[in-house]
Amino acid sequence: MVDNSKGYRILIHTVMILLCILSVAPFIMLISSSFTTETSLIADGYFFWPRQFSAEAYRFLLSDSSIFRAYGITIILTVVGTTLSVLVTTMIAYPLSMQELPGRGIFNFYVFFTMLFSGGLVPTYMMWTQIFHIKNTFAALLFPSLLTNGFTIMMMRTYFATNIPKEVLESARIDGAREGTVLFKIVIPMSRPIVATVGLMSGIAYWNDWNNNLYYITDANLNSIQGLLNRMLTNAQYLKQAATMGNVGTSSTPTTAIRMAVVVLGVLPILCAYPFFQNNFVKGMNLGAVKG
Amino acid sequence: MTSQKRKLKSFLPFYLMMLPGVIYLFINNYMPMSGLVLAFKRYNVRDGIFGSPWVGLSNFTYLFQTKDAWIITRNTILYNIAFIILNTVCSIAVAVFLNDVVSKRCKKTYQTFILLPYIISMVVVAYLVNAFLAADTGFINNYILEPLGIAPVSFYSEPRYWPFILIFINLWKGVGYSCILYLANIGGIDPGFYEAASLDGATRWQRFTKITLPCLKPTIITLTILSIGKMFYSDFGLFYQVPMQSGALFNVTQTIDTYVFYGLMKNGNIGMSAAAGFYQSMVGFVLVLGTNAVIRKISRENAMF
Repeated sequence: MVDNSKGYRILIHTVMILLCILSVAPFIMLISSSFTTETSLIADGYFFWPRQFSAEAYRFLLSDSSIFRAYGITIILTVVGTTLSVLVTTMIAYPLSMQELPGRGIFNFYVFFTMLFSGGLVPTYMMWTQIFHIKNTFAALLFPSLLTNGFTIMMMRTYFATNIPKEVLESARIDGAREGTVLFKIVIPMSRPIVATVGLMSGIAYWNDWNNNLYYITDANLNSIQGLLNRMLTNAQYLKQAATMGNVGTSSTPTTAIRMAVVVLGVLPILCAYPFFQNNFVKGMNLGAVKG
Repeated sequence: MTSQKRKLKSFLPFYLMMLPGVIYLFINNYMPMSGLVLAFKRYNVRDGIFGSPWVGLSNFTYLFQTKDAWIITRNTILYNIAFIILNTVCSIAVAVFLNDVVSKRCKKTYQTFILLPYIISMVVVAYLVNAFLAADTGFINNYILEPLGIAPVSFYSEPRYWPFILIFINLWKGVGYSCILYLANIGGIDPGFYEAASLDGATRWQRFTKITLPCLKPTIITLTILSIGKMFYSDFGLFYQVPMQSGALFNVTQTIDTYVFYGLMKNGNIGMSAAAGFYQSMVGFVLVLGTNAVIRKISRENAMF
């Protein structure tokens, strides 16, 4: 910029550093409290570093199978969900991007209208549970609301329409490629940024989802890690109750620290992956903002 | 075979590709729309959604006779107004600052950190907030109020603090995201404008109000209008998880979305819940259509349809 006087530079850096601290501090407190003894947590409260260091909470979690189970469910859900979501979204967005598709207007409207109007929670819940009977199944975590949505489809459609030259597709067809081959061998590889963005958004959505667990799951065996966190939030004893049934928990089990340790496990993979996908995420947000 | 038919046949692979997505949207989005009729029925499990007896408008009569209808509408709208104003002001301010950071590496680091809260789930946020606000172990009571000699506050039973808390958390989680949208816009402004203004002796504030703001105006208007279109909806996670379902706070934390959820899942009051949901869907739809009409008037290319 033109003239960045020293005073102004100091001001902006100070403000930005304060904002960064504000963003990160809660996470530091979270990690620190998961490494604190229960007595110290109760006596001293939450703090930015452990007053009395202890890895007891993690030791307890290692002995507790429900955590591994929840982790497994979250990982499978995220992988399966993201894959399906990218596939379904791409497969509907690509034909919609073709000017010459007969009935394109109708299909476009069909997708678009879902962005304008929604039945809301009650009918959605009723349909999924009364007609499709998904209560307490893995499908309940996978399908309701998360698989694809009008916004993502529209974003992808616009990308295809503006970034893929028709000539490339035509020449592949002349060479005898089937339409499926054209999609998977040409369109998708040529659209890496948008595919990565949609995959990323969907991956985060699946990893972070606790809503479907709240609405459709009562069976503790189907808890994802976020679902488990949701149950533990207002019932601090949730994990301990489950554990004492398997005779693992004792009265000295560190309840508060354990909860924080589960939270750490729930956010850690996303926090670790974040610096690597951040660039793509930011790019994708701008792609999404440019509306079509 | 007529040419028309041959043409359609050549498109068959594309229709097949679309099929999974079309079916999914039908099940997940269109079928529930038909379920809105529940608002006019007395639902019972035996007769199901379409078999349950009609009761006319009585669900609505009950809903609007209670104080709840007013409280949830007021909360949903007022929080949305506060969020729209503060989010816009703060994210523009942060974007301007971020844009003035010369070092590429600093800029990227700052951006990474302030976007961090955006990618975590609301349950996790609720735990983080609880670490600060818990009555006996919370950071604020132990390390801020106590040293100052102020009596501890039991936040989860004191409604008056919650509007501020929720607004703050919404900002904390959301500014990183909206700031990036504005940052891309500011980056696109011709630097020549600023140079010319500086030569003419414009102050930094004048450059902001006379160049940056006018250039951002279309984005601000579009984003604001889009948010107004969503004014009848709220972030369920924020209002359900963060106050930790504390009943003492319901007056200031219940929105239409949490009300519908409690009615459906906790109180078994499906009729009222469906009526509130219907009310939300309909007013929401009118708002989207209305705001879109306004955008079309202001700038055609930004309208959704």
